[in-house]
Amino acid sequence: MEKKKFDWKAITSSREMSLVIVLILLCAFVQIRNQSFLTGGTMEEMFRNYAVTFILALGMMCVLLTGGIDISIGSTLAFSGMAAALLMRDYVISTPVSFLVSIAIGAGLGLVIGLVISKGKVPPIVCTLGFMNIYRGLTYLIAHSQWVAAYQFTDSFKNFALTKYLGLGLVNNMIAVTIYIYIIFYIVMKWTTVGRRVYAVGSNAEAAAVSGINIDNVKIGVYTLMGLLCGLGGALWTSLYKSAQGDMATGIEMDVIAACVVGGVSLTGGRGSVVGVMLGSLTIAIIGKALPLIGVSQFWQNGIKGLIILAAVILNVLAQRTMDKNNLKRREM
Amino acid sequence: MKRKVLSVLLSVSMLAAVLAGCGSKEAEAPAAPAQTEGDGAGETEAPAENEGGDADASAAGAGTFAIVTKASGNPYNEREASGFEEAMKAMGYSADQIIVRHPEAATADAQITVINELISQNVSAIAIAGNDNDALQPVCEQAASKGIKIISLDSTVNAASRLTHVNQAGTEIIGQTLMDAVLDLSGGEGQWAILSATSQASNQNAWIDAMKKVMEGDAYKGLELVEVAYGDDEYQKSVDQTQALLTNYPDLKVICAPTTVGIMAAAGVLQDKASEVKLTGLGLPSEMADYVGEDKVCPYMYLWNPIDVGRLGAYTSVALVNGDITGAAGEKFTAGDMGEYEIVEAADGGTEIIVGPPFAFTPENIEEWKTVY
Repeated sequence: MEKKKFDWKAITSSREMSLVIVLILLCAFVQIRNQSFLTGGTMEEMFRNYAVTFILALGMMCVLLTGGIDISIGSTLAFSGMAAALLMRDYVISTPVSFLVSIAIGAGLGLVIGLVISKGKVPPIVCTLGFMNIYRGLTYLIAHSQWVAAYQFTDSFKNFALTKYLGLGLVNNMIAVTIYIYIIFYIVMKWTTVGRRVYAVGSNAEAAAVSGINIDNVKIGVYTLMGLLCGLGGALWTSLYKSAQGDMATGIEMDVIAACVVGGVSLTGGRGSVVGVMLGSLTIAIIGKALPLIGVSQFWQNGIKGLIILAAVILNVLAQRTMDKNNLKRREM
Repeated sequence: MKRKVLSVLLSVSMLAAVLAGCGSKEAEAPAAPAQTEGDGAGETEAPAENEGGDADASAAGAGTFAIVTKASGNPYNEREASGFEEAMKAMGYSADQIIVRHPEAATADAQITVINELISQNVSAIAIAGNDNDALQPVCEQAASKGIKIISLDSTVNAASRLTHVNQAGTEIIGQTLMDAVLDLSGGEGQWAILSATSQASNQNAWIDAMKKVMEGDAYKGLELVEVAYGDDEYQKSVDQTQALLTNYPDLKVICAPTTVGIMAAAGVLQDKASEVKLTGLGLPSEMADYVGEDKVCPYMYLWNPIDVGRLGAYTSVALVNGDITGAAGEKFTAGDMGEYEIVEAADGGTEIIVGPPFAFTPENIEEWKTVY
């Protein structure tokens, strides 16, 4: 009996749980306003449309864990997606090749950012602000400010976002890719030395360096990883929308950072979990999908979005504080 | 050691990139004033230009002419600007007398910044596709007070801010054409919705108002406009809005998207869902080629030629600077090989020049147009 009571307290005071409660309340409210929200069709659409946000949030979490930030992700995504789309238009490459090309380009762009930040000792926000503009400009340049339109893609590429062959016939390819990546990240971040090193660099860089971790390499690694995921995101994005535009994914960095912060990732580094990021991304996705459905004027929707994000973060911080206090108490005993 | 070399190399290359960036900007900016200074100094400059190998320039007058589009990265705006450049060159102006500016974002703020730069460059005329009807008035008046001829094209700035407006097609004609398409596709009755761009876009709002006015007629009694959704000309947002329309109104028969981004986003959604909802509106044939067809989501749609809008904008700017016209209703002028145009009264109290009626893209002609623009 007593044990049960203890569990309940632990659950309500955990950060992830506070977010789950917010999400349940949010969904319940939307469902009352519009019965079609919690249906298979709407949910599938939501996860498909926001798969890219889900995936990028994982990369952003790693960057934030090391105490950095990357605001160039929208531009990296656009450049790699556009480059792959142009290759498909002009040289008719196959779907797997275009995905690999996009991922490789994205990783390359991320590597450059990582090198400048670690070796050039440039503050991450300044460096990625610069590259945000550089990569976006390059995207317009390589595309000559044109779009790649639906009829210029191969059928197999366009069908990627509509079929389920990667999801064992159960879930859409976009969603399947997201799930696989979350599983990999969960394992790597929790149980491998690689994952623990990322946490170590963010929570105490000096201690990490003393214990033999090459901080520069970890930093280069996380920005390259971020770029790699952007490259994947670029291919997924063009396949989902069947069109590549120079201004695609503009502003996505704010949604992705919001997803991380809502999910309890600390902007000062060292703190954050894969489960939290998943819940944070889910919050952003639900807000984006649900607001047009509840019948409020569009002019209110942005304000409501901001309020929900703020509320989620405040709850999160409060939960964290109770948790810290409890830990402290336990230590005193 | 290796690392040090690498970091030095990186910093040097970054510095070089930064310097290159500054350099090109500096080189660009003074070029225009230098040009106009030359004009101010008198005719002595003109022959020098001809010696420079620009034979055509002798036919053209002096001055620099700017076009400001809505935003960068949109093929429609690119075509508009290319038409402007093409007509200027056809009239014999040299490349450095033509300034094409695409603002970073489709906002009035971004355009105000650009116009301020153009004022300090002392250009002769600015043709602008307004991102906001009223917000640009102060900066346009400031430009006009410096003697710069301001016209709008594609999307208006208010009557007080401009001399005249190059209208791609009459607002009433567009409203009528789109409403007839909605009536035809819905089979005479049922629910329909509009997917627009931003809620402040002056051209979008004028067309939507025109459509609502047409809908008051008896023939359109059976139609019910359920919602005007705004996708902000962003692809993802337009997709979300289209999906919400389909979820909220299961009986929806037609979506009308009078914006090139919106119609393309909506077409993708409808095709993915194999929806029965029909789509029409204003779209670029190259972007819509996959969706226009007998059994496809968009049976037909409309647009004008953005290249022609840009070209007429160029001819109008030049006629104003040369003093051939003042922008008053009733004046006539010849726009090169486009023929003669007349300035007419516009609904907002200003004047306008109408390029022509909207052009229908059907399954029969889409294949030949998709490679044009």
